[in-house]
Amino acid sequence: MTSTTHSRRDTLRGFAAAAGFLILGANRAGAVLLPGSYVPRAPFEDGAFSPFAWVEIGPGGVLIRYAAAEMGQGVSTALPQILAEELELEWESVRVAPAPLGAAFIHPRLRERDSAGSRSVRFNYEPLRRVGAAARQMLVQAAAERWDLPVETCAAEAPGRVVHPASGRSLSYADLADAAARLTPPREPRLKDPARFRLIGRSLRRKDVPAKVDGSAVFASDVRLPGLLTATSMQCPRFGGRLAALDEAPARAIPGVRAVLRFDTWFAVVADGFWPAKRGLDALTPRWEGGSDIDSAAISAKLAAAGGSGEATLETRRLGDAAAALAGSERRIEAVYEVPYLAHATMEPMSAVARVAAGGCEIWVGTQRQSVAHDYVATLLGIPRDRVTLHETYLGGGFGRRFEVDYLGQAVLIAQRMEGRPVKLIWTREEDTRQGFYRPATWNRLEGGLDTAGRPVAWTHRIAAQSLLQRIRPYALRPNGLDVAAVEGAVNHPYAIPNQRVEWSRVDLPVPVGAWRSVGSSQNAFVTECFIDELAQLAGADPYRYRRDLMTGHPRHRAVLDLAAERAGWGTPLPAGHGRGVAAAECFGGWCAQVAEVEAVPGGRIRVRRMVAVLDCGLAVNPSIVEAQVESAIVFGLSAALFGQITVAGGAVQQTNFDDHPILRIDEMPRIEVHILPSHEAPGGVGEIATPQVAPAVANAIFAATGRRIRSLPLALHGVV
Amino acid sequence: MTIDLTINGEARRLDLDPATPLLWALRDGLGLTGTKYGCGIAQCGACTVHVDGEATRSCITPIEAVAGRRVVTVEGLSSARGRAVQRAWIEAQVPQCGYCQSGQVMAAAALLAGNADPSDADIDAAMSGILCRCGTYGRIRTAIRAAAQALRG
Ligand code: FES
Ligand code: FES
Repeated sequence: MTSTTHSRRDTLRGFAAAAGFLILGANRAGAVLLPGSYVPRAPFEDGAFSPFAWVEIGPGGVLIRYAAAEMGQGVSTALPQILAEELELEWESVRVAPAPLGAAFIHPRLRERDSAGSRSVRFNYEPLRRVGAAARQMLVQAAAERWDLPVETCAAEAPGRVVHPASGRSLSYADLADAAARLTPPREPRLKDPARFRLIGRSLRRKDVPAKVDGSAVFASDVRLPGLLTATSMQCPRFGGRLAALDEAPARAIPGVRAVLRFDTWFAVVADGFWPAKRGLDALTPRWEGGSDIDSAAISAKLAAAGGSGEATLETRRLGDAAAALAGSERRIEAVYEVPYLAHATMEPMSAVARVAAGGCEIWVGTQRQSVAHDYVATLLGIPRDRVTLHETYLGGGFGRRFEVDYLGQAVLIAQRMEGRPVKLIWTREEDTRQGFYRPATWNRLEGGLDTAGRPVAWTHRIAAQSLLQRIRPYALRPNGLDVAAVEGAVNHPYAIPNQRVEWSRVDLPVPVGAWRSVGSSQNAFVTECFIDELAQLAGADPYRYRRDLMTGHPRHRAVLDLAAERAGWGTPLPAGHGRGVAAAECFGGWCAQVAEVEAVPGGRIRVRRMVAVLDCGLAVNPSIVEAQVESAIVFGLSAALFGQITVAGGAVQQTNFDDHPILRIDEMPRIEVHILPSHEAPGGVGEIATPQVAPAVANAIFAATGRRIRSLPLALHGVV
Repeated sequence: MTIDLTINGEARRLDLDPATPLLWALRDGLGLTGTKYGCGIAQCGACTVHVDGEATRSCITPIEAVAGRRVVTVEGLSSARGRAVQRAWIEAQVPQCGYCQSGQVMAAAALLAGNADPSDADIDAAMSGILCRCGTYGRIRTAIRAAAQALRG
């Protein structure tokens, strides 16, 4: 923490050059600004290190704050669990709450608050242990001072007491908290020996669960305030189009409608409740103008043309001489893989509440990008950041969609026009489906060459796709324009192939794209893990052993692969018509291998019967939550593999609701078995790690069961589901 | 026009357009926000409540259709069966984001009311209309079985 001060300042200067918000008028939502960059904040260890900001100790118990968005991944439990460990607390007595956005809570390395990239536990484990340990030491010191004893003779002990063993004296934290908070925090807090962990590594109960089974958990769409109005909005369905004309009268005629508001590219109906607002919206026939008229066929053709021509291609991985090795290889194959746009389809449609009054603004929102959301609202209204108050609610799903702030911007702009009254914006499901930031569609061409022994000697992979960093984090693009998020999963496959070339061709298209659970790996692993299967097939080798032999220098990959094969009974006989497929991938500091088992059923269809997953996420802070995240990632991956797609016609998304955009249902569930590899390594990512393997494992299993090699998604397009 | 009905055991009078879906009467009219909006077209089950004990999609049920009937929402799920389901949900640590869970709990309670020992196929049939984007289905199954067992004693 201390040695990096200098370089951190340099980084800060770099950021500052790009600071402020870019107005991407040509992109969606003309009137809505899109945050192009972010003014980084002072982190909590630069002078603002204040352990008792995180922990509030009172006679009634202990409150621990968590600086991440609870969107189902369990951070409101796992993060406090880390702190409570160092602080020697009893879990049952701990209450939790989201931390405010103050300096005391800004991450030392990230310099902003967000909840993405499977980072929350991975990045906060060490800092939160330091916070807990510092608070513990301060409490011990406060007790020693009160007793006038040497501090080394006193110790903290569960459940939240400081004891002096020699005399048997003890004081509760509640008695010491005020005095402790006045002490100077230690520069280098002493962390507990992991061998003495009582809480970390245990499946402690989630703090958010009781409120989520009795209906009391508050999502943004549940916020209630005096004088609250409800709005729903519609943006031009055509990408980049504008609102040309709107006859407001039909909406105004509906009882309960308070206002119809027009913006550059969208409009909103504000009413006493959602129902009149929606009726008002449905009654209107907006006239849109301009915008795209592209369709899915044209998009595919553009991607294929760019990928095929290799124009504007950026090389992202080079090993040896792939072209020469291909030419000299014994056997060669080439294949084209395609994946579609995908929507997040969070269960709670986009929603946010805002009140704009007296030169300030309050927002109630579930967001994955807290500090950017906060800055964004200030920028939008032209007011100082400290006049914006963010109240974080639970998120009814995130998956990357709530990393965007478009819906929040709309709520604020609506509230600005409603004279100080709070406004709750709730999108219809249809709007939510049509106005996403989709996972990019990609086109991929791969070539592989084998030597006489069947070992791969050459591997080329060219990806043609839109850039997502271009909009969400332009400062993270490489100087040559390479989007590193777009090639994740393609540049880091674990196979020791001496000659490799991976390239990326950026294609600009009007479809808004964004981060979707596991981001680049979610699509690239489908491509690489199916293609390595094709190479194994060409070599006449077993797909598991073939992979395993090529995983030299990747012990963590190999360990999860071996265990997945073992648990799945790889190689043991299956009933006729069944097949197994395997896939392995690493992302965001987690390693996962999966084996899918499918059954070919009459009519050329398949059913996924079983998924076995092995995860290495380093130390699992809360194994039950980790397991739940793997199950979740698999179901999410199955929805995508089986039916997930967003298609475009006339410049607009064609899907609208769950009837034409299905997600997996309970009766379509395979048996899912999750194994977490025991580990003492630092905690890695969890929430997104187990999505990339699903589609390739299932596609490879279909090949094993039917001999049919499927190279594009979703599988529904091939008549198999 | 006013509509009289019973909600969570209390007689209530609603002074709303009779075509208003029960979902929005509950959420905006009565402040019972535990019942969720997910699709509005009977496709997701997030809005599931009990009407005279039957699992019902409140997003497509106009309030005029429930005049004089007994509506129970997740906030009022106080029967022994309802409590057993909620306990099993906590025991199995089912919820993730939680947004679909009121609907899941209400559908499960209705299932157990008519079937003390549901098979996997029964669970599929009763629950397949309640979507969960977070993929909590495995734990839902576990929790329903546990609740059924607890209720059978
Ligand atoms: S909101 Fe009623 S079924 Fe989806
Ligand atoms: S728990 Fe998130 S949708 Fe079911």
